[in-house]
Amino acid sequence: MGDPIIQVTDLCKSYGANTVLRSVNLEVRRQEVVVVIGPSGSGKSTLLRCLNLLEVPEQGDIRIEGRSLLDKGVRITEIRAEVGMVFQRFNLFPHMSVLDNITLSPVRVRKLPKEQAAVKAFELLRKVGLEDKANAAPDSLSGGQAQRVAIARALAMEPKIMLFDEPTSALDPEMVGEVLAVMKELAAEGMTMVVVTHEMGFAREVGDRVLFMERGSIVEEGTPQDVFDCPREERTRLFLSKVL
Amino acid sequence: MDFRFDIVWGYAPLLLKGTGLTVGISFVSIWLGAILGLGIGFGKMSRKSWISWPVSAYVNFFRGTPLIVQALIVHYIVIPPILGTTNAIVAGIVTLSLNSAAYTAEIYRAGIQSIDRGQREAAYSLGMTPGQAMRFVILPQAVKRMIPAFGNEFIVLVKDSAMLAYIAVPELMYWSNAMKGQYLKVVEAYTTAALVYFILTYSLSKLLQFVERRL
Repeated sequence: MGDPIIQVTDLCKSYGANTVLRSVNLEVRRQEVVVVIGPSGSGKSTLLRCLNLLEVPEQGDIRIEGRSLLDKGVRITEIRAEVGMVFQRFNLFPHMSVLDNITLSPVRVRKLPKEQAAVKAFELLRKVGLEDKANAAPDSLSGGQAQRVAIARALAMEPKIMLFDEPTSALDPEMVGEVLAVMKELAAEGMTMVVVTHEMGFAREVGDRVLFMERGSIVEEGTPQDVFDCPREERTRLFLSKVL
Repeated sequence: MDFRFDIVWGYAPLLLKGTGLTVGISFVSIWLGAILGLGIGFGKMSRKSWISWPVSAYVNFFRGTPLIVQALIVHYIVIPPILGTTNAIVAGIVTLSLNSAAYTAEIYRAGIQSIDRGQREAAYSLGMTPGQAMRFVILPQAVKRMIPAFGNEFIVLVKDSAMLAYIAVPELMYWSNAMKGQYLKVVEAYTTAALVYFILTYSLSKLLQFVERRL
């Protein structure tokens, strides 16, 4: 496991009177897979969305490869281009084909020639098992297919980090497996990943480290064995007894 | 009561010229209003109050005062200092464009804000700037939803252009009034005008339906 690639210190975020993150500290190392679990409303999605500044924290610091996201001089678009994100509701662009979904940002942001971006896109579609869907409209895909396209779209930017925000929560149960399989493969290739999920099997099998969050704080963290088999905190035990 | 077709026939060349001007003025004003409205619409969505406040005042003024009053102000007060003389056609186009922009601005704003937040977030997460996200992701989807509302607005504009007869723009309504004035025949003058306006707006709505299906 490599050097720290994400460093979060003393992160605080609130919406009005509602505090969502209470002084969160987190370090993620290169090639590490960190899985964040916890009840809804615990702040895990907000934490994830702070990592590419879709949410702006009130206090604290976030560093990606040593660069603070909150420095005045930082071009946030450059950092976002290095950090892929997969959303619960896929968020594919419905007005363009699967192929164009994948090539849009490489062409417009990275200024890659169209043909080169298309070659790369086909490679990624093959990787997620959907090369026959290149010209399909996003609306014609099943949930599992759409999410795999969304993963391919994020990978097309060749990110150094992938963030997954409950990637299987909007899927029918029979489609969860195909998405998790792609994520497992990605982890095996050494991608640095932060995954917010309710899939405890995935957390145990793929996670290098598991964080349990509740009410805006990281209550407990450790290896999957530690957290799942002998949780130190009563709150973790309570949560796990409900979901396992 | 017998309908005097010969009067209408006699006025046909002038009515035709007037219809041409109605179509021309409407066409130009629709374009100018749609372009200006885009700027105004973005201005209304701005979080900077020195942008959003004047823009809101603009929209409120043009939605809150009668078009005929706006036309008279533009014709007698705004245009002469700029051109050195009155020009009814220019005043007409300026009035309709400014007025239409206030309405299209709202159409743009509503259309853009109707697009799911996740679309913008996905675009940002892929490294796009706000401008790129708007141009490649939000607007193409929003425009499709805006078309029915735009169709309404364009039809209203064509009908509203009849009001320009009051500042002596020689368009369709102007010549219909002239015909009524010369022969004192209201039925011939106004049913003819109504029929022509209906043909114009009906064709326009069919055209927009065609565009909507194509997209």
